[in-house]
Amino acid sequence: MSCGTRRAFMKSGALALLGLGSVPRFLVRTACAQSPGARPKVLIAIFQRGAVDGLSMVVPHGDPSYYALRGSIAVARPTAGNAETTVDLDGFFGLHPAMAPLKPLWDDKRLAIVHACGSPDTTRSHFDAQDYMESGTPGVKSTQDGWLARGLSAAPAPGASPFRAVAMGTQLPRSLRGDVGAVAMGAVADFDVKQDMGRSGGGVNARSGFESLYEQGVRDILHGTGRETFDAVKMLKAANPQRFPAANGAQYPRGRLGESLRQIAQLIKADVGLEVAFADVGGWDTHANQGNERGQLAQRLTEFSQSLAALYRDLGDRMADVVVLTMSEFGRTVRENGNRGTDHGHATAMLVLGGAVKGGRMVGPWPGLAREQLYEGRDLAVTTDFRHLFTEVAGRHLAVPTPAPLFPGFSTNPAKYPGVLV
Amino acid sequence: MRAVAERLSVVALVAALSAACSSAPVKSHVHAATAAPPAPARTTIALPVSALSEDQRIIHVLNRLGYGPRPGDLERVKEIGLAAYVDRQLDPGRIPDDRLEASLQAFPALTMSVPELLHSYPEPDPKLLAKAQSGEMSQQEIRQMAPLERRPARIAVELQAAKLTRAVLSERQLQEVMVDFWFNHFNVDARKGAVKWMIADYERTAIRPHALGKFRDLLLATAQHPAMLFYLDNWMSTKADLVVRAGPQRGRQMGLNENYAREIMELHTLGVDGGYTQKDVIDVARAFTGWSIDRPREHGTSVFRLPAHDQGEKRILGHILPPGGGEQDGVRVIEILARHPSTARFIATKLARRFVSDDPPPALVERAAKTFRDTEGDIRKVMVTIISSPEFFSREVYRAKIKTPLEVVASSVRALDGELAPPAAAGVPQPGGGFALAQQVGKLGEPLYQQQPPTGYPDVAEAWVNTGALLNRMNFALGLTANRVPGVRVDLGRAVGSADRRRPERVLDVLLGSVLQGQATSETRSVLAAQLDNPEITRATMDDRTNTDVEKLAALVLGSPEFQRR
Repeated sequence: MSCGTRRAFMKSGALALLGLGSVPRFLVRTACAQSPGARPKVLIAIFQRGAVDGLSMVVPHGDPSYYALRGSIAVARPTAGNAETTVDLDGFFGLHPAMAPLKPLWDDKRLAIVHACGSPDTTRSHFDAQDYMESGTPGVKSTQDGWLARGLSAAPAPGASPFRAVAMGTQLPRSLRGDVGAVAMGAVADFDVKQDMGRSGGGVNARSGFESLYEQGVRDILHGTGRETFDAVKMLKAANPQRFPAANGAQYPRGRLGESLRQIAQLIKADVGLEVAFADVGGWDTHANQGNERGQLAQRLTEFSQSLAALYRDLGDRMADVVVLTMSEFGRTVRENGNRGTDHGHATAMLVLGGAVKGGRMVGPWPGLAREQLYEGRDLAVTTDFRHLFTEVAGRHLAVPTPAPLFPGFSTNPAKYPGVLV
Repeated sequence: MRAVAERLSVVALVAALSAACSSAPVKSHVHAATAAPPAPARTTIALPVSALSEDQRIIHVLNRLGYGPRPGDLERVKEIGLAAYVDRQLDPGRIPDDRLEASLQAFPALTMSVPELLHSYPEPDPKLLAKAQSGEMSQQEIRQMAPLERRPARIAVELQAAKLTRAVLSERQLQEVMVDFWFNHFNVDARKGAVKWMIADYERTAIRPHALGKFRDLLLATAQHPAMLFYLDNWMSTKADLVVRAGPQRGRQMGLNENYAREIMELHTLGVDGGYTQKDVIDVARAFTGWSIDRPREHGTSVFRLPAHDQGEKRILGHILPPGGGEQDGVRVIEILARHPSTARFIATKLARRFVSDDPPPALVERAAKTFRDTEGDIRKVMVTIISSPEFFSREVYRAKIKTPLEVVASSVRALDGELAPPAAAGVPQPGGGFALAQQVGKLGEPLYQQQPPTGYPDVAEAWVNTGALLNRMNFALGLTANRVPGVRVDLGRAVGSADRRRPERVLDVLLGSVLQGQATSETRSVLAAQLDNPEITRATMDDRTNTDVEKLAALVLGSPEFQRR
């Protein structure tokens, strides 16, 4: 929560409405240093789990090898007047037609695309590659915390809100594990102790009862999480994010990603002090019948791009403070496999969008798709280590001090940043 | 669907355990009347000396080898002896489970073959769907033509319901835990295409019979089953550049698909660091070419297609498969992988993580891996090594595991001796208590049979403990104790038993005794006792033994930090 809104919140007597016996921890934390009215910068990280085919998402239609290596699954070259072809961006790259909702963001210079981005580690295991990307230590399995948690722990925390980091979903992602106290929630509406699950009437107050149980002195994962839970419940009740419907005519598509982003937007508008939000979306492991302009992958990309476009529209002016970063553990084979699909590959494409983005540009060198240019003769080579990109986005946008603790043992500096932020 | 009139009582069921295991009269006043003649106990497992008390050791076994104790279980195991109880659990075929079998009659999809399921639960006619979309027919008319209980989605509903019914009711608790473990290890997702018609048969014929058997048989059964062949795409994988010569796909060029080849090594056998290369992945994929499915959406049985098989030589992990191996190539791969030392270590690690601790003691893993190697992957013997180890009964691992959503839901119902209603008769959209519980498990973060990635669900605390999940666990406890989970009934009056209701502290102690077996910390007890100072509860408790506040008190116990552990 920013300071201005926190003061307003206390003044409004919202605390009294909570019927609290004690002042919540988030209100008695360190004194606020920021000026009233300042709003925190927000990073929304979206993980495309299952390894998205970057070559279908952002099509290198100008690379002759692309059409040579992909018989049935290639996305057709841009053709004026035909909406079922690649949406051209710069004469060489284009968006999959299902990604057309993002074209206006590109035109507004609010969307940058980093192609041939990925990890230096060679694993083609989904699990390991996701783990490496989220722990931020490719090749090292013993890392306990996640890169976003480390970054947030190092960044200044003026409001000390329990909602600095929120993951939408029933499990806390690896990226946010650590001592930052990230919140996981399936849905904003469910985030409370449901008193009315029992019959009405006085007597034992379930919420305060549970709170007392988890308040005890034991220091372990359950009690620690329990304490954070009740701080968060109280604050969310007061902030009431559900009072914010989608604005500016934004229409989120059906599905979990759209729901996640809609609720992240509510949390941002409710000024709960959100700095990092995380959402994930699956269905990218297209080993068979992935489709071309239409089909399985096109359907996933439709939901994906409509969700992002709706968020952008919904947040309106607030997008000035928000950067969205998409990621996936690796890309897919350049050559189509025997089942009109693609197998596990290496580099993929990542999107960066938001008010502070230097957009309308393809970022990073293109390694090419000719056989001798491919990684191990089969995959798109990595030319941008994801850690340079993530360091620029998280480090600069969230003001994580340098040298950033985001990626232990990795050295980067602004000269190596891909340059996606203004 | 057959209507089942009576509710399935957990209480009546406990007699079966006694009957099966006890060599002495059952003392529990609740169950004494149903005690049956004893079967002779045959002890082969030697349990180690432990710093834990006898009660703690029994509770530990009930929590780790099953879905938690029911009221009276502690006394019953004490009666027959812990070693005899463990022995029995390791030999589930000897444990009568008649009441469970009777209750599973309510789930007809679970006994059908894949072709029968395809026939009995057909996809809605596309022509009808088109009519619904154009408005020619109403949704209701369509529904009447394809009733709910004959739609494909019904199969997974029954499977989920049966899983909770088994976890709560079965006397073969270890068997159910092992089936859950191996299903998760060899995960398939009911939502992927034709898997929905195959998944019930997969659990019944590929997983369940081998859950305590030979790992090689289990691996082969999963490899050959259409559910796995479809889920990891092997059914479509062919030798390079195969051109289909006949049928609707005529002229289509096919080829290799690496998906199954990679996962069988990474997730099913060697582990990601088990020593295989991309070259091995490709040659394993070549070896499995032709392992396919006969018309997945019409017939759905496994078939070997020789024309699709790559007859060339393969080199896999230092072994050479000579040319012309045909269907046996895949079997050879199974043998190589099942015998590989990395597999022994990987499986031993996963079992020790499930049954002992999130960070399993290396020495125990080494001994379990040795048993695996020495016995050619005899899972029962590996389990004996684990259960009879000092590490299993050590103080450090006692109550150290955080329950998964399935474990917390099943153990809650067991702790309160809950009853599950069977699904309602045909046409009534009440899928029964088992399904309602499965939905709760999903809400806590573990939607059953619907894990998309092949890794299955994680088995460490960090995956399950987070703010939202904890709230959902508390809310489940509130819903269960208030009898708000449809089709599930708990009788708190019975749970509180003979406690003097004019003395709320006595009520609390009885609850703590039956739900947490007296293992609550003193802090937890005093926090709960403080709740009792509320005059409302004192008065209400005197008036009515199942009043709101006893409900909430029981919910607090089920939602407490202690009950999240096993």
